Amino acid sequence: MIRTGKVVKYGDNVDTDVIIPARYLTTGDPKELAVHCMEDIDLDFHNKVEDGDIMVAGYNFGCGSSREHAPISIKASGISIVIAKSFARIFYRNSINIGLAIVECPEAVDKISEGDKVSVDLDTGVITDETTGEKFQAEPFPEFIQQIITNGGLVESIKAGII
Amino acid sequence: MGMTMSQKILAAHAGLDKVEAGQLVLVNLDRVLGNDVTSPVAIKEFNKMGVKDVYDKTKVTMVMDHFTPNKDIKAAIQTKTCRDFCNELSIVNFFDVGRMGIEHALLPEKGLVVSGDVVIGADSHTCTYGALGAFSTGVGSTDMACGMATGKAWFKVPSAIKIVLTGEMPEYVSGKDVILHIIGKIGVDGALYKSMEYTGEGVKNLTMADRLTITNMAIEAGAKNGIFPVDEVTLQYIKEHSDREPVVYEADEDAVYDEVLEVNLSELRPTVAFPHLPENTRTIDEVGEVVIDQVVIGSCTNGLYKDIKEAADIIRGHKIADNVRAIIIPATQDIYLRLMKEGLLADFIEAGCVVSTPTCGPCLGGHMGILAKGERAVATTNRNFVGRMGDPESEVYLASPAVAAASAIAGKIAAPWEVK
Repeated sequence: MIRTGKVVKYGDNVDTDVIIPARYLTTGDPKELAVHCMEDIDLDFHNKVEDGDIMVAGYNFGCGSSREHAPISIKASGISIVIAKSFARIFYRNSINIGLAIVECPEAVDKISEGDKVSVDLDTGVITDETTGEKFQAEPFPEFIQQIITNGGLVESIKAGII
Repeated sequence: MGMTMSQKILAAHAGLDKVEAGQLVLVNLDRVLGNDVTSPVAIKEFNKMGVKDVYDKTKVTMVMDHFTPNKDIKAAIQTKTCRDFCNELSIVNFFDVGRMGIEHALLPEKGLVVSGDVVIGADSHTCTYGALGAFSTGVGSTDMACGMATGKAWFKVPSAIKIVLTGEMPEYVSGKDVILHIIGKIGVDGALYKSMEYTGEGVKNLTMADRLTITNMAIEAGAKNGIFPVDEVTLQYIKEHSDREPVVYEADEDAVYDEVLEVNLSELRPTVAFPHLPENTRTIDEVGEVVIDQVVIGSCTNGLYKDIKEAADIIRGHKIADNVRAIIIPATQDIYLRLMKEGLLADFIEAGCVVSTPTCGPCLGGHMGILAKGERAVATTNRNFVGRMGDPESEVYLASPAVAAASAIAGKIAAPWEVK
């Protein structure tokens, strides 16, 4: 499966408090959460992001709170995949569980710029910056993890009898 | 090749004689925890699964602590969702206002976690119970839902950093300074995916409250868990709080560690983490002039009796600075009651502090002490991220109860000995 979109880019240690501030955790509704996603470091995020866009970030993305609302709000904003140098462990687990595609690739993060058009092949792990023509190789997820993601998460996959 | 303490607990709960770092294991859970923010999402997922009942009515645990007493109508709906679910399924350990406390202070106090347990909680500070010699770690709501349904969770077996403690902490240094010092050394992703395993002759000099503070902030170094060896201090604590028998695991002598960090407790100074990361640490001697607007003493990190008592001993007989709002939050009802009976609440109130019912409240910018743009707080909490306690342009400085108390009196970040 290939995900293609325009890049929004952030730095290291983007924490779950800025991905979705706790003041909005009085709901679990994905659409409501999406309205406030990233607003403490990027007030314009909700308006500028389009369906399929790709989020690119540095080390330790998603650190802090265990709130599943963080990957839920990113996914509901239309982001099709997050490419980071590394992910914090609870965020990593939560993303797979709710079906948000993620991939680690430090080299790609260094070279890709805000606004570039990028495509990611989840099967092979090849990341292509279509704006610059550069290609990067990430470690693809094993097939069963990919199936969890493409089926919309762990619970949906259990219901569908995939795992 | 031997196993670390965390690996041994995971192996035993997976029914295996041996595990090694990187191996995927399915483990049996002794407790599955959630709060009023994460449980409603887990309940939604649980219901989607079509499961009729939880795996064990005594092991599933919900604590209403984040936005309680309900801060608004939406928060009221969230706690009602949890209350209705627990009532319907006759879940024993549901802790509502009047019985609740901040979850990671409450569970040890109620004896719900003992040495050797495996605990998951849909709250990142679930790693706190490592102080009792348990393997405990934070997960999201979907993992909580699957844990509630099956009593199992999968883990990648972590490698570990060995942290050797020596010496004894000087006066006015406590567990908070130990963990801030360590995070300052290794960084906010310095233990990513790993266990932080404490050992050394200095361990015996740490109270259970100090240990709980140290393991509480393992997540602030990116760790999967933090864990202390079980000793007389642990066994005495468990004896006083639980009917359950602890199971003691020890790291093998030939266990392999990714790195070894040595910390001489006697050399530590009161330490403050500057905005906006817990790794931005400075000793009290390096802070300079930082004028503040608010002090918060409480949270799952530093809301225990010992923490609040340390603050009271500094504040007693003083007045809070005119420019400061000082908010004291005992972590549980039992702690609150003890402080009241011993007259410590009066000390705070006479000094000009407010004392709140147990809640996570301001720590995560929920309620009970939100900051405006440009305001600064010294807090005994665990995170100082952008916007954590309110406006994205406010600032949080993390410190021990002693430094927070001294700062409340001085009106700026201050050492405890400056206000004696």
